[in-house]
This record gives sequence, structure tokens and C-alpha cells, in this order.
Amino acid sequence: MSAAVVTGLGVAAANGLGTEAYWRATLDGRAGIREITRFDPSGYPVRLAGEVSGFVAEEHLPGRLLPQTDRMTRLSLYAAEQALADAGVPAAGGLRYDIGVATASSMGGFEFGQRELENLWSKGGSHVSAYQSFAWFYAVNSGQISIRHNLRGPGAALVTDHAGGLDAVGHARRQIRRGTPAILTGGVDGALCPLGIAGLVSTGGYTSRTDPDGAYRPFAADADGAVPGEGGAHLLLEDRDAARARGAKVYGELAGYAATFDPAGAPETGLRRAITGALRDAQVVPADVGLVFADGTADRAADRAEAAALAAVFGPRAVPVTVPKTMVGRLQAGAAALDLATALLALRDGVAPHTAGVDAPAPDCPIDLVTGSPRSLPLNCVLVLARGRGGFNAAAVLRRSQQ
Amino acid sequence: MTTRELLSLDDLRRILREAAGDDDTVDIDGDILDTPFVELGFDSLAILETVSRVSREFSVALPDEVVERCDTPRAFLEDVNRTLTGV
Repeated sequence: MSAAVVTGLGVAAANGLGTEAYWRATLDGRAGIREITRFDPSGYPVRLAGEVSGFVAEEHLPGRLLPQTDRMTRLSLYAAEQALADAGVPAAGGLRYDIGVATASSMGGFEFGQRELENLWSKGGSHVSAYQSFAWFYAVNSGQISIRHNLRGPGAALVTDHAGGLDAVGHARRQIRRGTPAILTGGVDGALCPLGIAGLVSTGGYTSRTDPDGAYRPFAADADGAVPGEGGAHLLLEDRDAARARGAKVYGELAGYAATFDPAGAPETGLRRAITGALRDAQVVPADVGLVFADGTADRAADRAEAAALAAVFGPRAVPVTVPKTMVGRLQAGAAALDLATALLALRDGVAPHTAGVDAPAPDCPIDLVTGSPRSLPLNCVLVLARGRGGFNAAAVLRRSQQ
Repeated sequence: MTTRELLSLDDLRRILREAAGDDDTVDIDGDILDTPFVELGFDSLAILETVSRVSREFSVALPDEVVERCDTPRAFLEDVNRTLTGV
């Protein structure tokens, strides 16, 4: 069985548009969290978010795509184009049955849906856009990416809340093993509109802080919820032999992946099984792992559970752990996809980005949290964790590619 | 009935742009009367949205079947203007 490797990255995040801009900002500790500017958030209990600034859709997308997309899908199309270009996939050409699309989504095109609901109730049904038929849907990004780039391999949309960013990539690896040479995967998500924020508020887990500095505080003793955001990353996952044959550069290998589901009445029990499953799948032992990108919800109970799972597998404070999402927000289905991209850049450059805004983990979270500034580390193997509301757990092991 | 304004080709061009967006690579200002919508880059949803906008602007009830019946601007104009004149 051939390995699955990442040959292209595309990033859209609040502190950087484009992979290298994002990576520089992250290592510099520059956060993109601020009070929401897209609408007046003063009446909402969640007022901070990681908004992608400086993205002008008209500069990146053909005009025909504008009436049928909302911001989330536009950012996804941007990141997908970047990932394909980074991987050296020719922009123009015929139908590509050798490349599929598998993206994660948590809310679909919520912002598009809000606008059309407003049209429906304020002007009437004849004012609802025909594009509402698909633009709200969870699969919209997979579909639009597939159509725009002629990617006619197997398509999918994964909906497992925050775990989706890893589950999509795990699904992509399955499709590669079934014979498709490459899958454009990952996730770009976010709905920074009144309806989207109302949805997040109703599920809970987001902070009501108004000072952006250090507002998202995973593993801190005074953590009180995450900050939402928009963005994420797309990755081209490719069969290693196919990548070699075309001389592609390789960021790293998706060496292990596992997903578990918490049984009813036993929350937070499945994460440890996901971690050990991913390590086993990658055929590595805990000592091989040099860095963990934690899920880091900044919910005290969930943080304790994640720290306990890590301590049980690796030993207390035995492996560096980081949550660079503190700089961009928790991006739902985009979050773990962005963590995968960040992890591959960390592997490439031998440096662990830090958990900006947090001074130290709480005493009841026995982890070696990377705080203050990035930490130089020889890295061969990195673990990425993600949990979705309702019991989803996922873990992925990335390995520096053996050339 | 006779005072009702008809849908012109320029109206259609404008409404197509409003409905489906502008595309630098396709010139719809030229002689497009008999060019299939698909070749102009308009799929069935774009035409459905156009039908919806024409219905609103001209205060006329147009069935969704217009999308299936009309694959060129000429067919579309004739179909809509038949309804507008009540012929």
C-alpha cells in the first residue's frame, strides 16, 4: 500500500491570507482576533472573531462565481486554488478524473442562507436566489472546487463539526487507497453573520470576552470558551508514488489517522482511543511524536479531558503541546485542516508555533504547553487532534516524508 | 395589454449579468441571439435566476419551464414576449 503525502497547501486565516503570510504571522505571534466588523455585534454575547481581512473576492474569483457564493465558499475557492498551484497542478486543462475532492463543513453556506431567508420574509419567495438551491449546502465547497478545476474524481463532504478537518483528510486517504491518485481535501469554514453567531451561541462554548488580547485561552485556569473565526486550509493529498512520478515536492506524509465516537453518557472518553489508534496506524510509539496540535476548546472540562488523554498516552508533560488557533479562532471544520497545514510547516522548518495569549496551563492540565514564543524542535512526527460537538474525536499523525 | 413593455436583448444582457455575474472571458455584448446559453457560460440555474428576475421586473408570471424551452437568447426573448403580449 502506497503512502499518502501532502504536496500542496492553501491557507486563509485571520492573521494571514496565503500559506507563507499565515506562517510568518503565526511565528511572530500576530493574532487576527478582533471585534466583529462584518455586522454590529454589540447585541450579541459573542463579539470577538477571527475575521480574514484584506480578502477581496473580485481579485481572486471569476465574476460568474460571485452571485452564487458566500464568503466562506469564496475563501474555500481561494485556498483550493492556492493548494493546487502549490502542488504544481496545471490551472488549465481537461477533465481530471485522477483528482477528487473531499472537504469538511460544519454549517454549510450559512451566510448565503441568511441573506435568502431575509429576501424570503421581507420581499417574498420570488426574490430568493436560484443559487440558494446549493449555496447553503454542506457540500457546496466540494462542488464548487470540483466544477472550477474540473476535478472529476470521487467527491465527498464530511460533517463532523470540528473533527471534520481531520475526517475529510482521513477520507481522502481512503479514496487514494482505492485508486484515485490525488484528493483535494481539508476544510474552510465560518459564518460570521448574525445567523451564524446565533447558531454558535446556542450550542455554547464561545467566550463573551470583549478584549481580543488573550481571549481564547485553551488549557488556562481562567479559560471560558473559544473565539469563533473564518478560514481554514485546503491540502492536496496524493499517492506518494504518483507524487514521485511527477517530481512533486512533498510536505509530509499522512502516516496515521483514527476516528472514534464517544458513547452516549460517556463524554470525553473516545479521544484517548483516537490518539492510540492513530499512533498504531502510523506504526509509531508515543516517544516518536515531537509535537501535538491540541483541539484546545478552552472549555475547562474539555481541556482537562484532553490533557488527561495526552498525559495517559505520553506521560505527564512528556510531549510539547500547542494551540496556535488562539491567534485565528476556532474555525469549526476549518480548524483541524489549518492545524494540519501548520503542522506540516512546523515539520518543514523544525519549529513549534506557540499558544499565543496563554502564560501557562492550569495545574489540572499536566501538559507541556508551548507558550510565549515558538520553540525550535527537531521534528519527525507530529500529532493533530480534533473533537466535534456530539462525540466526534479524530487524530492524525503527520511524518516528515522519507525521501 | 398593448401598453406593456417588451423584453429587449439589452434588457436580457443586463439581467443576465445581474443574475449570474460578469465574466471577462465571454463577450455577451456581441451578436448572441442564436448562441446557446451554455456556450455563453450560463447554466440552467443561471437561466432560472434570470427568469425569476425578469418575472419580477416585468411583473409577469413565467413558468420555470422557460428554462427548458429556451436554449438561446432569441428563444428566450420570443417566449417571454409572447407571454407579455398575451399572444
